[in-house]
Amino acid sequence: MTTLARLDSVTRRFGSTTALDAVSLEIRSGEILGLLGPNGAGKSTMLTLLQGRRRPTSGTVELFGGDPSLARFRSELGSTPQETALPDTLRVSEVIDLVAAHFPDRVPTALLAEEFGFADLLRRQCGALSGGQKRRIAVALAFAGRPRLVLLDEPTTGLDVDARHGLWAAIRRHRADGATVVVTSHYLEEIEALAERVVVIDQGRVLADDTLDAVRARVESSIVSLRSPSAERIAELAGVVRAERTEGGAASGDGAVRLDLTVADSDEFVRTLVTSGLPFERLAVRGASLEEAFLALTLSDTAPSERIPA
Amino acid sequence: MTTVASEPRAAGRVSMLRLYGMHVRALLLETLRVPIAIIGSMVFPAMSLLFFVVPNRAVADDPVLATQAVISLSVFAVMVSALFNLGLTIAENREKPWDPYLRSLPLPPAVRISAQLTATSALSFASMIPVLLVGALATAATVSVSGLLLGLVVLALTSIPFLLLGAAIGYAFPSKAAIAVIQVGMFGFAFAGGLFFPPQLFPDWLELLSRFIPARHARELVISAVDGTAPDLWMLVGALAWTLAAAALVLWLYRRDEGRRYR
Repeated sequence: MTTLARLDSVTRRFGSTTALDAVSLEIRSGEILGLLGPNGAGKSTMLTLLQGRRRPTSGTVELFGGDPSLARFRSELGSTPQETALPDTLRVSEVIDLVAAHFPDRVPTALLAEEFGFADLLRRQCGALSGGQKRRIAVALAFAGRPRLVLLDEPTTGLDVDARHGLWAAIRRHRADGATVVVTSHYLEEIEALAERVVVIDQGRVLADDTLDAVRARVESSIVSLRSPSAERIAELAGVVRAERTEGGAASGDGAVRLDLTVADSDEFVRTLVTSGLPFERLAVRGASLEEAFLALTLSDTAPSERIPA
Repeated sequence: MTTVASEPRAAGRVSMLRLYGMHVRALLLETLRVPIAIIGSMVFPAMSLLFFVVPNRAVADDPVLATQAVISLSVFAVMVSALFNLGLTIAENREKPWDPYLRSLPLPPAVRISAQLTATSALSFASMIPVLLVGALATAATVSVSGLLLGLVVLALTSIPFLLLGAAIGYAFPSKAAIAVIQVGMFGFAFAGGLFFPPQLFPDWLELLSRFIPARHARELVISAVDGTAPDLWMLVGALAWTLAAAALVLWLYRRDEGRRYR
């Protein structure tokens, strides 16, 4: 297993915004690496640095052992444009041929179109295509040059279920043929379907870098909502990762407040709650959204006293 | 496939000349499929000739003055097209996501820039055709076949600094600012370079200043080529200096450019 690309304590700022904050990461051959994080987490910035389109403010980015801003180090890299990027006036076959011409060992246009399901669109101008059609072509472009490393930025956003599954199958097939794939998404489902290794990123920092199962165990949490006059003590019970007062946090006449508790295991927590004898009412349990799971992940290493926002 | 992927492939098997050809073709197709975009730069110089030179029979009926006027406006046509089409196209493309995507491909900057220069100069030469037609039909301008051919070659060469300056403006400014800079630069160069009024009519100080303007170098060099006379040294040195300086500026700006900021 060799390292294809590396970020070494990379920081990238845009004016006063820090998009990436001292991130270190290795991309090793033969894996599908999922980059998971909410919008604006820094995923796309990371990809543009690997593509050599931007330079880090500090730290180093290495692609195939060299500086990705030099064209020769990008000869085995494939990426997707945004679907709105395809030039309106060019035909689909012209776009494929132009992109493929940059690579020594290109996939024939007809074969690529067959695999990604747009053989009937080759003569159409890109401006006349639907969003889903453009998306499939954009993803296909990443594979046009038989790259060793493929960067896919939100590959199936805006696709229907069938098209999404077809695209996932194609990505897995290329992985089996030896390509290394980095896929970004803010859908947990997409990362679960594809990735073996998952890097969770938020606010420009890497929160977790582990196998899919390990990360899933950490982000799969539940939200327990209840009302209680003993909010402070409930928040300190075992198993609570994060507690948040809702409804403005104000106490009603009886002194009870509404709490949202992020917990790893809701069954276990409810048992603990009942055993504690603390008063509560209107208990409800639901799965945590990815956003809430990320928040829990950022807080899981902090001391319990920091868990209740003032 | 597995073995192919596990060992690095030989680099450099892509022909840069072929890649350049593919980019020129794509750029021309993109423009020609929306032809209205180039109508303006094709019509404007010919109209200038028709309205300012043709009615002035003292110039239009004099073979020497008329030929110089046609050459001046041909230089103007090529200059406008180079600055406007290239500067504006590049500035606009930087604001769209396709150009940034092309930058993620193994595409050396020089290949993309020279393809843009080539596609634009092909269009620039198209914009000169109406000027030549009006000149031939409505003025006493004359030219020998060899003078015409040599003139076209020299015109192509002297248009290079304008193409590079257009590209530099495109990489340095957002599209709205680029329009303003191009308009000021274009008319400044045209007047100071003697494209609208012959430099023989200039006061001394302006004539001296004009010798540092690339439009003046282009005008004088093309006139020498058409007349078959030897150019002065200052014309050659001036044109070469502008070309080299503009080329260095474009490469620096291209490398510095990171497209539109987005997250």
